[in-house]
Amino acid sequence: MEELLPAGALVNYIFPNNAHVTWSIMIVIYPYITGLVAGAFVVSSMYHVFEVKEFKPVANMALVAAFSFGLFAGLPLLVHLGQPQRFYQIYTTPHLTSAMSIFGYVYSSYLVLLMLEIWMIYRKVFIGKYRETGGKGLMGLIWYILCLGVTEYFPSSANSDRKFTKFLAGIGIPWACLLHGYVGFVFGSVKAIAWWATPLQPFIFLSSAIVSGMAILFLMYSFITWNKGWKYDYHMTKKLMITLWIAFIIDYAMEVLELSFFVYEQGLHWKTIKPLLDGPLFGYYVLGQMGFLSLGPVLVLGIVSLLDIRGKALIYLSNFACLMLVFQVLVMRFNVVVGGQLISKSDRGYVAYHWELIGKEGILTAVIILSMPFVVYYVIGRFIPVLTDPGQEKATGHH
Amino acid sequence: MTDQNPNKFEFSDPAVADYDARREFLKHVLAGTAAATVLMVFGPGAAAHGPESPTYKSLAKVKHRYAYVIDVNKCIGCGNCVRACKRENSVPAEFFRTWVERYIIKREGVYVDSPNGALEGFERVNEIYRNDVINAMTVPKMCNHCHNPPCVQVCPVGATFKSPEGFVLIDNGYCLACGYCVQACPYAARFINPVKKKSDKCTWCYHRVMKGKLPACVTVCPQKARIFGDLKDQESEVTKIFAADQWMILKPEMNTDPTCFYVGLPREVI
Repeated sequence: MEELLPAGALVNYIFPNNAHVTWSIMIVIYPYITGLVAGAFVVSSMYHVFEVKEFKPVANMALVAAFSFGLFAGLPLLVHLGQPQRFYQIYTTPHLTSAMSIFGYVYSSYLVLLMLEIWMIYRKVFIGKYRETGGKGLMGLIWYILCLGVTEYFPSSANSDRKFTKFLAGIGIPWACLLHGYVGFVFGSVKAIAWWATPLQPFIFLSSAIVSGMAILFLMYSFITWNKGWKYDYHMTKKLMITLWIAFIIDYAMEVLELSFFVYEQGLHWKTIKPLLDGPLFGYYVLGQMGFLSLGPVLVLGIVSLLDIRGKALIYLSNFACLMLVFQVLVMRFNVVVGGQLISKSDRGYVAYHWELIGKEGILTAVIILSMPFVVYYVIGRFIPVLTDPGQEKATGHH
Repeated sequence: MTDQNPNKFEFSDPAVADYDARREFLKHVLAGTAAATVLMVFGPGAAAHGPESPTYKSLAKVKHRYAYVIDVNKCIGCGNCVRACKRENSVPAEFFRTWVERYIIKREGVYVDSPNGALEGFERVNEIYRNDVINAMTVPKMCNHCHNPPCVQVCPVGATFKSPEGFVLIDNGYCLACGYCVQACPYAARFINPVKKKSDKCTWCYHRVMKGKLPACVTVCPQKARIFGDLKDQESEVTKIFAADQWMILKPEMNTDPTCFYVGLPREVI
C-alpha cells in the first residue's frame, strides 16, 4: 500500500474525521433508482412523442415502471438523513445556493407529471372498470375516485387525452433529463472531492440513467413474458437493443473521456486518483465498471444490433447484455459515491470501506428498497393492464 | 484555566455599526466599483475573495471580526487543546472538532500521523522514521471558518451559516444531517455527530466568546500557539500578525478564504 501513497506520504494518513464514509449505500442507490425512473420514462416518451411504433408494446409498462421507481427514489435519501422528520424543510426553507436545495421540487413535480400522464392514459380503463362494478362497493368507490367523478368517455375525450399525453410526455423528457442531470451536478460541483469534481458528471449520470432504465425495462419485459408464457416481440427487442447500444456507447464514451482527461492531463488531482484506481477501486472500477461490465455489453449489443440475430438467441443475448448494464450502472454509482470518499482530504491516504449487511446503510436495507418498486409494479399490474399478451391483442384486433 | 484579556471580548449588539475611518475609506472604494459591490453584497457564494483580503467588508460593518492564528513554531503537540475541546463541547469518541497532526519530514517523504486526533499527545515514533529527519513539527487543525465557506453554500436548508463576526455556525434546529456539508468541506473539519445525529464542527467556542471568554483550546495551550482575537481591535495579537503579513492558509487552491491563519506553516502540510 505504502508505495501507492500520494504527496510523498510514507504512511497511509487520513484525517481523523475521514475515517467514516458519510455517504454510503443509501446514497449509492438513490441516484440509481432516480436513474431507472428517467431511463424508463425515455422509452415511454419515444412512443408517445416520437411515435417509435416498435416501443408501443412496452410504452405503458415503461411509464408504470418509471412511476413505481419514482415512488421510492427519495426513500434512500430519507433513510440516510440523520433527522428524517425534518425532510419537509427542503420544501419550506430551501437554501438556493445549494445544488441540493431544489431537488425536492424537481423530484416531486416530476412524480406529479408521471402520475398525470399515467392517469391520462388509463382514464378510459378507470371509467370502464367503474362501469363494470356499477359503482358498487369499495372498488366502485375507488374507481370512481380514480375517474375523478367523470364516468363518460367520448371519442373527443380520447382525442384530447391523446394530445395531452403527448404534451406531458414531451415536457417530461427535458424534465427527466433535468432530474438526473441535476443529481450528477450535486456530485460534480463538490470541489473538495477530486473524484467527483468534473463538469462531465451531469452528462455521465444522465446517460447512464437512460441506459439503466432501458436495461431494467427489458429485463422486466423479458421476465413477465417468460413467466406468462407469452410470445416475445422480437421486433421491439431488436429496436430496443439498438437504441440501448447507442445510448450506452454515448455513456461509455463520456466515462472514458472523464478517465482519459484525468490520465492524460496529469493535473492537480491525478496524484490522488491514480493510487485510488490502482488500489481500492481497481476491482470495482477498472475491471468492473470500465472493463468487463462495459466491454461485454458493447460487444454483445453490437452483435445483436449489427448481425441478423433472431429468436431465442436474440432474447438470451439481450438479457445477458441488459443484466450486465444494470450492474454496470449500479457499480458506477458505487464507484462515484463511495469511491470519491475513499480519498482522504489529507491527500496522503485512503479510507477503508466496510460493507454493512444489516442496519440503516446495510445491503439488506438496500435490497428491500430496491425491490419495493417491483412490488408496487406488480400490485398496479393486478388492477390495470400494464403489459398485455401480444397474441391476445392481435386476436381481439387491438393495435 | 484562566482567560486572557477577557475584557477584549466584550460583545455588543452586532447591528450597531462602527463608523470608523476604515469604513469610510472602503465605502469610497466600493462606490467606485459598482459591479464589484453588487457581487460582494448579493453574491457571497459567487464572489471570489483572495486570501489577502479576508476582512474586506465585514470589518467595516460589524463591531467585531474574529480571526484565529496557529503558530506552528510554538506547538509542542501536547494535545491539551484536543482534550479541552472534547470536554467543552462533548465531542463524541472518534470524531474531532480540533486535532493535532505530527509531521516528520525526511528525504524519502513525509510521515504524518494523528493518533486519536492527538487526544493523548504523541508517543515516540518508530525508529525507521526517527532517523535522518530534515524537519519535524506538530500542526493543529480545525474548522477554518472560511470567508467563502463551501459548507454554507451547499447546505440545502440553510442550517449552516456565516455570522457577521466571522463564525461559521450550525443551527441545530434546522440541520437534516444530510452530510452534504461534510463532503463539501476541503479540510474534513465537519462530521455527523453520532449522538446528536446532526452535523458538527468547531464553533470557535461561540458560546464562550459571546460571554467574553476565549475558545477552550486557546485557554489551555501552554505555548500560546493558538491565538484568537478581534481584527477590529488594533492592539490585538491577531491584528498584528495579520498586519505583519507572514501568515499562510491551508489549501489556498480551494478558494475558501479561511480566517484561520497559520504562522510558520511548512509547505508539506496539506
